[in-house]
Amino acid sequence: MPEIISAFWNEYGALLLQGIWDTAVMTGVSTLFAYVIGLPLGILLVITQPHGIWPHRRLNRALDWVVNIGRSLPFIILMISITGFTKLIMGTFIGVRGAIVPLVVSAAPFVARMVETSLTEVDTGVVEAAQSMGASVQQIVFKVYLPEAMPSLVLGGSISMITVLAYTAIAGAVGAGGLGDLAIRYGYQRKVKSMLVVTVVFLIVVVQVIQSIFNLITKKIDKRIRL
Amino acid sequence: MIKIENLSKTYPLQNGSYTAIEKINLTIHDGDIFGIIGMSGAGKSTLVRCINLLEKPTTGSIVIDGTDVTALSDKQLLLLRRKVGMVFQKFNLLMQRSILDNVALPLEISGAAKPKRTARARELLEMVGLSSQADKYPAQLSGGQQQRVSIARALANQPSLILCDEPTSALDSLTTNSILKLLRDINRKLGVTIIIITHEISVVEKICNRVAVIDNSVIVEQGETADIIANPQQQITKQLLGRVRWDA
Repeated sequence: MPEIISAFWNEYGALLLQGIWDTAVMTGVSTLFAYVIGLPLGILLVITQPHGIWPHRRLNRALDWVVNIGRSLPFIILMISITGFTKLIMGTFIGVRGAIVPLVVSAAPFVARMVETSLTEVDTGVVEAAQSMGASVQQIVFKVYLPEAMPSLVLGGSISMITVLAYTAIAGAVGAGGLGDLAIRYGYQRKVKSMLVVTVVFLIVVVQVIQSIFNLITKKIDKRIRL
Repeated sequence: MIKIENLSKTYPLQNGSYTAIEKINLTIHDGDIFGIIGMSGAGKSTLVRCINLLEKPTTGSIVIDGTDVTALSDKQLLLLRRKVGMVFQKFNLLMQRSILDNVALPLEISGAAKPKRTARARELLEMVGLSSQADKYPAQLSGGQQQRVSIARALANQPSLILCDEPTSALDSLTTNSILKLLRDINRKLGVTIIIITHEISVVEKICNRVAVIDNSVIVEQGETADIIANPQQQITKQLLGRVRWDA
């Protein structure tokens, strides 16, 4: 058995490490930028509702429409539809750099919905209390909505990140690199079974680790139950 | 002094409209503990929410110390609300903030510096008897304790008026008494005017010097608590006082 492992490692070790690194970069950077766009979108979706703290019917409808469009395109189709846009921003539409733009475009509306759901869970009574204190819209967002929803937002973060991780594998199918690319090119096309096994096991472990870390953080910061 | 004149609030519905309160006229004097009593759905919550404009009245005026608050700009309204405390049935504390930070929140909102906020919040917690709980979180406190925190919070910006929306309805009778006593002490010590919404006549009897009875969106009776209790004029008042047989 050790010989098999060392043989595999000698042949594919460098490839595998590169694949892991590429996947980590794509997942991390894309999730980050998806939140840079999706978090404000999600906040706006909640506060511009008719009974929100900053009602704006038209803006709310427009945002809802944009987010739904983003959510309705399957990732692989979105990725090939916006290659022009991707090239404009990153200078290329292939490789890790080329994957990040479609990953962000696809994940941002997803993140917006996750954020919307988390913020909607905040007790309306608490929001009303802040309004009764004379809090501005901005103060209610930053002192009430976000802190009160933080445990839920963090849990949502794990779901978003794991979703982006899954997308990176799809991106791999169209030349983005990463573990998905390895699994398809080596595991599937060249029938290197061990590569398939290794990538699958690695992805399972990574997802477990991501989920556990986020669960731990959520538990640590949530002050609602403390027995 | 608070003078409410001809105050109405109508909600548009898909077919027609719903009138929550209609042509309310009330005068509340400085230093009053003013009770507004009625059955659920009578319009009392809407009425109290109109006073700090959490609900925008459809018609009528609310004049607080000479200013018609219904005519205030959005910015002025925020400043007014900072000077009117509010206490809720379900406490509405921020679950992710410590007790101390909950009490300091109104000061944070009005822009007070951190050392000042902390000092004031500690002083208020002392006043409501919860100094030792400062670093805990709302989930660790009992209902009565949480309501004390919310009363401390309502006092943070040194308001001249506190609105209480069913402040004891989620509490048992012993805790109710201690909360009512706290409100009365605050009223006496600080001279704060208190408006209490309730459906329990015992709350009115215990601490309100004046009372208005609201039924089906209108004020049907108002006056000194003692007079109203001694000589109720309206059927609904008698019912609330328990002086009408329930099957009559």
